[in-house]
Amino acid sequence: MVTEPTTNGNTTGKGQSAPDKMVRFDKVVKRFGDLVVLRELDFEVAPAEHVTLIGPSGSGKTTILRLLMTLEKINDGYIWVDGEPLWHMDQGGKLVPANEKYLRRMRPKMGMVFQQFNLFPNMKVLRNVTEAPIYSLGMSKDEAVQRGREILELVGLSDKVDSYPSQLSGGQQQRVAIARALAMNPKILLLDEVTSALDPELVAEVLNVLRDIAHTTEITILCVTHEMQFAKDISHRVMMFDHGQIVEYGPPEKIFSDPEHDRTKSFLRAVLEAR
Amino acid sequence: MSGFLSQFGEALPFFAQGVVITLELTILGAALSVVISFIFGLMALSQSVGVRFVSRVFVEFFRGTSLLVQMFWLFFALPLAGIQLVPVATGVIALGLNYGAYGSEVVRGGINAIPRAQWEATIALNMGRVQRMRRVILPQAVVGMIPPFGNWLIQLLKGTALVSLIGLADLTFETQAFRDATGNTVVAFTGALIIYFILAQIFAVLMSLLERRSKASIGQPMERRALGGLGWRLGGSEAA
Ligand SMILES: Nc1ncnc2c1ncn2[C@@H]1O[C@H](COP(=O)(O)OP(=O)(O)OP(=O)(O)O)[C@@H](O)[C@H]1O
Ligand SMILES: [Mg+2]
Repeated sequence: MVTEPTTNGNTTGKGQSAPDKMVRFDKVVKRFGDLVVLRELDFEVAPAEHVTLIGPSGSGKTTILRLLMTLEKINDGYIWVDGEPLWHMDQGGKLVPANEKYLRRMRPKMGMVFQQFNLFPNMKVLRNVTEAPIYSLGMSKDEAVQRGREILELVGLSDKVDSYPSQLSGGQQQRVAIARALAMNPKILLLDEVTSALDPELVAEVLNVLRDIAHTTEITILCVTHEMQFAKDISHRVMMFDHGQIVEYGPPEKIFSDPEHDRTKSFLRAVLEAR
Repeated sequence: MSGFLSQFGEALPFFAQGVVITLELTILGAALSVVISFIFGLMALSQSVGVRFVSRVFVEFFRGTSLLVQMFWLFFALPLAGIQLVPVATGVIALGLNYGAYGSEVVRGGINAIPRAQWEATIALNMGRVQRMRRVILPQAVVGMIPPFGNWLIQLLKGTALVSLIGLADLTFETQAFRDATGNTVVAFTGALIIYFILAQIFAVLMSLLERRSKASIGQPMERRALGGLGWRLGGSEAA
């Protein structure tokens, strides 16, 4: 299934997987009508690496996560996840556009937490967390419930298993959403501004849960956030985007205190002023 | 006044017989049209152009032609093609098709009203199409469908009066029969109005109980207020 690396010197070329990478964008193009959001974007994320995406509004951060979660279709290029193409499948040595069946095989590798939580209002907390493991992973009900309770305990919500989402605070709802994503046991966790819909006093409880997960698990994280301290705490690497291209990247200490590019400097200044 | 009441008492056996048929047609017609509503409402949301087209044609046809003519067609024209339906079946099928066409729009609208974000959450959790519809989208969509289905049920109740024209002895038919037998036009039609009104109120209350239950099932308890129709209060518990 995995294409062997080429022998032309580069470890990875166009249309090649990168077996040691968890995520690889290879000349990815994404357009909405005439608007080109991502233009031949290249980047890689290593297993267990935590990468924070920063950049001005409209720079394409959400689009990157949505492409990975298969919520948007790719227009050109390749995305590799865990050594396999995400949007293409191998057919007699040729990569052809993936069908729904193939996508359903790839999707469990990713879990996503949304800005607006998007919990299922018709299910109690525990069922929000067990539903997909039972019906889409085929886990037994007992196992799913046991795991669901464990994960809800991890996010500090053992006492809320029988509540409906509408009975919870925003911070609690978002922690359920994190538990729901983790219950699928994904290799990659996608976090899109998960605290920006929350009242300020509820932000910390969510970030603390995520810090915990980042520090105690082997999960790969792609995170979009304006919480710079959080980004510093969990990220191995920060990538600055503008107009669908990477402006610069590096360890958080470097990017936040000594950025190379003016665009990064002015962006960081604007974020700090907004606080 | 007591004259009216005693005459009304005379009319009661007629009304009682008619109400049974009217309720039978309303309930069976509603059941059939709910089934039809969901079939054609879901078809209208299919990915296949062909399936959507079939649904569209069905809805436009049965909404766009008169219920009375549909009923006459089933009752008088279909037998000429060798298919003879008993009158009750004719009424139920005509009501089911006609109100099902309207109801399919309610189903489609109810599903479309579910935010995109819910669909996206099901994709992120790798749910299949059937699971997504059955466990996430429909349970939420049904809640929004209940108020329009409540209006539609009362329309259907009134629509059943047309079956008297194919000789079914419903409330309207029995009202005429009483009038023919006694010549008491005022009592006949006043009584019929009152009974249709009471039936409509009963359905309105039942539907708002259903709405309350369904809202609770998605964790939004309905505020304790009066129930449907004229705002009936059941028992004393509502006052709190
Ligand atoms: N479904 C869509 N249809 C049309 N344009 C879209 C759509 N989704 C995103 N865009 C556009 O694509 C561009 C990138 O959007 P994206 O949401 O990825 O930006 P972002 O970096 O996440 O911004 P923000 O910080 O505001 O969340 C924007 O110009 C946006 O208007
Ligand atoms: Mg965004």
